[in-house]
Amino acid sequence: MTRWIATIVVLLLLAFVPLSCRPQGLKVGSKKFTESVILGEMLKSLAEDAGTPTTHYRELGGTKLVFQALLNGDVDVYPEYTGTIAEEILGSDAAASPGAMEAALGERGVLLSRPLGFNNTYALAMLATRADELGIERISDLARHPDLVFGFGNEFMDRQDGWPNLQQRYQLPQREVRGLDHDLAYRQLNLGSIDVTDAYTTDAKISAYELRLLEDDLNYFPRYDALLLIRQDLASRFPQVMSSLLRLEGAVSEAEMMAANSRVELDQISETQVAAEFLRAKLGVTATIEKDSLLRRVTERTIEHLDLVRKSLIPAILLAIPLGIVAAKSARSGQFILAVVGVVQTIPSLALLVILMPVMAALGLASVGLGSSTAVTALMLYSLLPIVRNTFSGLRSVAGEYYETAAALGLPAGYRLANIELPLASRSILSGIKTAAVINVGFATLGALIGAGGYGQPIITGIRLNDTGTILEGAIPAALLALAVQGGFELSERVFVPRGLRIRRGD
Amino acid sequence: MPAWASDDDHRLPAESWIFMAIIALENVSKKYGQVTALAPLDLTFDAGRIYVLLGTSGCGKSTLLKLMLGLVSADSGTVRIAGEVLCPANMLELRRRIGYVIQHAGLFPHLTASQNVSLVARQLKWAGPRIEERLCELAELVQLPRAELERFSSQLSGGQQQRVGLMRALMLDPDVLLMDEPLGALDPIIRADLQADLRSIFRRLNKTVVIVTHDVHEAAFFADEILLLRAGQLVQRGSLSELLKNPADPFVTEFINAQRHTLGDGPDDAPAGGAA
Repeated sequence: MTRWIATIVVLLLLAFVPLSCRPQGLKVGSKKFTESVILGEMLKSLAEDAGTPTTHYRELGGTKLVFQALLNGDVDVYPEYTGTIAEEILGSDAAASPGAMEAALGERGVLLSRPLGFNNTYALAMLATRADELGIERISDLARHPDLVFGFGNEFMDRQDGWPNLQQRYQLPQREVRGLDHDLAYRQLNLGSIDVTDAYTTDAKISAYELRLLEDDLNYFPRYDALLLIRQDLASRFPQVMSSLLRLEGAVSEAEMMAANSRVELDQISETQVAAEFLRAKLGVTATIEKDSLLRRVTERTIEHLDLVRKSLIPAILLAIPLGIVAAKSARSGQFILAVVGVVQTIPSLALLVILMPVMAALGLASVGLGSSTAVTALMLYSLLPIVRNTFSGLRSVAGEYYETAAALGLPAGYRLANIELPLASRSILSGIKTAAVINVGFATLGALIGAGGYGQPIITGIRLNDTGTILEGAIPAALLALAVQGGFELSERVFVPRGLRIRRGD
Repeated sequence: MPAWASDDDHRLPAESWIFMAIIALENVSKKYGQVTALAPLDLTFDAGRIYVLLGTSGCGKSTLLKLMLGLVSADSGTVRIAGEVLCPANMLELRRRIGYVIQHAGLFPHLTASQNVSLVARQLKWAGPRIEERLCELAELVQLPRAELERFSSQLSGGQQQRVGLMRALMLDPDVLLMDEPLGALDPIIRADLQADLRSIFRRLNKTVVIVTHDVHEAAFFADEILLLRAGQLVQRGSLSELLKNPADPFVTEFINAQRHTLGDGPDDAPAGGAA
């Protein structure tokens, strides 16, 4: 008994002793595409230039997620686009006029800056050669080619200003329309597996891949003027920062933005470096750039990753084993518990994060960033199923004669559970934990979607920049960690599975 | 015919037979779905005697043992152990007064033999030396070297497992010992050894023993009294010779004759009577 209590206490300590604290100072957010990250880096340098320590949560998972973080106060400022605000954040019923937009956001505690100077709207893109071949110049021309295969970024697939309404406006007949990760779309175009994709007009890859942007002849796409979304309380919290950030207003032209994107995506220069070059040339701001060695980066990612894993896996174990016990002991609640943890498993990770963010905010916990409760809770929920199920089936598969003899001995139910049933099910429970841990290490890469760091960060950066080296910087350590976790659990069988269950006859 | 085999107990008024018996079943019945495992049944077992529940498989004899332990609950009727009606409130306490041994011994594989035997005593927080003393006593009783007790059940032979199972059942020195086919899974030589040892142990301990078997030979070997069951009903109770001499039903003769060729092998002396 004491051994179990000691184990639980040690586990709780391991799970909840904080290694890092919530960062102080200004929090800048950016979405997971290059332009947004560059602008985020500029904001960080400008704020630091004004003497405010700043954290940049790079590559957050999507519009809804970043905006939610802004409302929660986990992000103070991030670059956004007018079209996105009108269509995605306020919904199509909101008036698109700047005044209406400002009023609607003002009610929610958010300020708009004036435009930064460039319009990065959506466009449909094809390989120039293919477009010439088929004689396609305008979006309307697509209606004559119903067999073309469309592949759109997942965000574009379900945006208000995305594919469904575009199809309606232009009456496009195409049946084969795939949702895919936008960062992979150009490669798919090149391979010929899709013919048309969505693109941003300042995208550096347009010239690199020799793409044709199709003319929006029905003026479907709204304007996407870049600007900053800023929390109203920022001016009072960091008075000296506001004017510094607003120096970006009207400072970035379309050509400059496309050049900066191209420096990052094609010349493989870091966003930090590109942002610093721009600020120095255009605004005379000198930014300090910290040089990172590979070893330091990997070490930092490892710490972040392990932090996510421990904070989610250990509570999952402590929650799932009792749930599995209840499930095994009572047929009705058993079906219910197994159904619920099963359903949780099917919720897509990004959706789960977006669902959890307001919950975390309501609880007063950090919803994005390092050590954020959102990623940890999502991972914990995903880790429940294998442990609950294996605890359930482990207990159910204990032979009836053992239940019977244990009961016949006159042992109380709790004592039987702790001393007979759980030890006999230990191998199954441990293997459930092992499965959960390996899944957890893999899934923890989703932490990067909300700035929680870990090995997912280089993976999404690498996918975005089409840079295999960077992807491997996250993927290899993640795989090694999964193997190490697996190995660690094999060893832990020696501690947690009773010796009598490990020996064979004749030993 | 030995004196204990008289019919006198059956003529006692109902009140007294219930309270005098160490185990008394009153109007107890059990169905599994549509299948009747036990028809409503009145049965008593007196202290210090050896009973054998005899019958083909499915006749309800194992169910009867489980009813006495509260491992299955009766559809009707009451079970009394030493006068107390078995109910959830006294279940654990009454179970500790009954030792239970099953066919494959049912030793917990994650515990050593000695941990299996001492499990209940440890739960009851007996002191270490007291446990050790009882272990040695029991090891001597069942003739198992003390060193064997540090092994796991997977490292013991079937006969050794059954001896450990008996030790575990006897740990708290219960009034009653219930054994469900205790020799059923053993090969013939071990079986003969253990059978002889068991009988001498029963004589030394002077406990109420109820053994379930389908083997007439085994019944004859152990029983002070045989209870022959068929399809959940008691057909006849009495000594083997009584059953042979005055069968209550053609089934009695039929059942015994079916196994008769083996009867010559065993000792045919009637066991000495118990303390009753």
